[in-house]
Amino acid sequence: MITLTNIIKYFHKGSVNEVFALDKISLHLEEGDFVTVIGSNGAGKSTLLNGIAGTFFPDSGKIEVDGMDVTHWPEYRRAALVARVFQDPLLGTCPAATIEQNLALASLRGKRRGLGRGVKTADRILFREALARLQLGLEDRMLDKVGLLSGGQRQALTMLMATAVRPKVLLLDEHIAALDPKTAGQILGLTREIVEGQKLTTLMITHNMNHAIAFGNRLVMLHQGRILLDLSGEKKAGLTVKDLLEQFYHAQGEELATDSLLLG
Amino acid sequence: MTLYAFYAALQQGLVYGIMAIGVYLTFRILDFPDLTVDGSLPLGAAISAVAITSGVNPWLSLLLAMGGGFLAGMVTAVLTTRFHILHLLASILTMTALYSINIRIMDGPNVALLGRQTVFDWGLSLGLPSPWPELIVFVGVSAVVLLLLIWFLTTELGQAVLATGDNPQMIRSLGVNTSFIIILGVGLSNALVALSGALVAQHQGAADVSMGVGTIVAGLASVIVGETVFGDRTLTKALLAAVLGSILYRLAIGFALGLAFFNPSDLNLLTSVLVVVAMITPSLKRRLFQR
Repeated sequence: MITLTNIIKYFHKGSVNEVFALDKISLHLEEGDFVTVIGSNGAGKSTLLNGIAGTFFPDSGKIEVDGMDVTHWPEYRRAALVARVFQDPLLGTCPAATIEQNLALASLRGKRRGLGRGVKTADRILFREALARLQLGLEDRMLDKVGLLSGGQRQALTMLMATAVRPKVLLLDEHIAALDPKTAGQILGLTREIVEGQKLTTLMITHNMNHAIAFGNRLVMLHQGRILLDLSGEKKAGLTVKDLLEQFYHAQGEELATDSLLLG
Repeated sequence: MTLYAFYAALQQGLVYGIMAIGVYLTFRILDFPDLTVDGSLPLGAAISAVAITSGVNPWLSLLLAMGGGFLAGMVTAVLTTRFHILHLLASILTMTALYSINIRIMDGPNVALLGRQTVFDWGLSLGLPSPWPELIVFVGVSAVVLLLLIWFLTTELGQAVLATGDNPQMIRSLGVNTSFIIILGVGLSNALVALSGALVAQHQGAADVSMGVGTIVAGLASVIVGETVFGDRTLTKALLAAVLGSILYRLAIGFALGLAFFNPSDLNLLTSVLVVVAMITPSLKRRLFQR
């Protein structure tokens, strides 16, 4: 469904602030793969997702989605294939627009926008049903502005909007990190329901190793712009947090060792 | 204030109200402060005046003026979106260039329309005395502009325009080319400003290259006074408030300039003071009531 081949990305190349963000990343996801992505800060997790979404173009390498080479497609064009949910609940919705207007905007993802009515009567019924499934009472507040909703409600709405048109790839960038624990749990439950229910090809970044193990059929650990660990199937199912931490420190230790050799 | 001065202020408020709608579109809806209007208002006036003196129908000349305004707005928006020049600076560049272009169009600093056909002539043939034909034309054009814009903003495309001003990151990730939307929106805004300029020229009986000075400040004054006095809870109300704000602004200015103390050249000072007062009043109120 999605194939990354030797993606290399530098930020601020040639300046003192140069960052080698993605170091020859290659990754292939089959249709329906639900991949959790972990790694320390600066490992390149968000950069990887932004690269797939088209926020920037890679310095070299190739990105294919659904058999199409999208490497040089701008962000808005890739949106026809790729849906995303951001960490910040404020980023995924329009505060000044109503709930139904937001859903209507999302239901046209990747489609032509013409002079037809923004919110169609037939769509309202569908929106209502979809909102009712969230069990947050939002189906009775369809004319409320989204700015009035809480962070958790907005993030639930964003999940609904991201999947209103079935995406080829769904990108979840620490989408529960800004929520309180109870709300985070609800959104995580909703995520499992939607992703597994609709068998969406998904990349989910998380800082929580328990979640990384409990969710999805595959786990990828990034470190310094490289894929350090890529486990799926039984290997992933048998993982414990202790294993992951060991792997992580092992990788870091190796790096320390080489550093001390260099400096020594 | 004399009745004559009142009618004059009313007419000005209505005709510049169309410009205020354009300013609302960029300043409030797209969050794109656009100074192009200081050049696109006289551009509309120049195109309309030259078209009329060349024998074009005055109504048709309004459409030509709008086309010119749209192009001017496009230039600013392309400079901003494609070449990443700051919107304020890009619009100042376009505005500056328009000064020369307007003189080129008119082949001089002004064009007189005395004795020429205008969109108000039908009133004369019907025997309607001034200011009624002017008022009817201005109210009619404003109403058509408002209705079309309100309709447009409820369409799929219009909703994308609103979202682009509200949350550009989100609407890009929903597949909207925000650069295109900004070009469209700023173009549309300047088309309205040029329409306003064309009507002003026909009303005054002349187009002048310097008639655009202070347009953006008058537009902001109208938008902000409108919001403060009439409210902006819904989009329809806010757009209507921009027009009513424009009328109120011209009446206030007309009243102030009627006082013996002020000279007509004090207009810009008064306008700036009015905008500053309207802008800081809400935060001042909050501070006073908190203590």
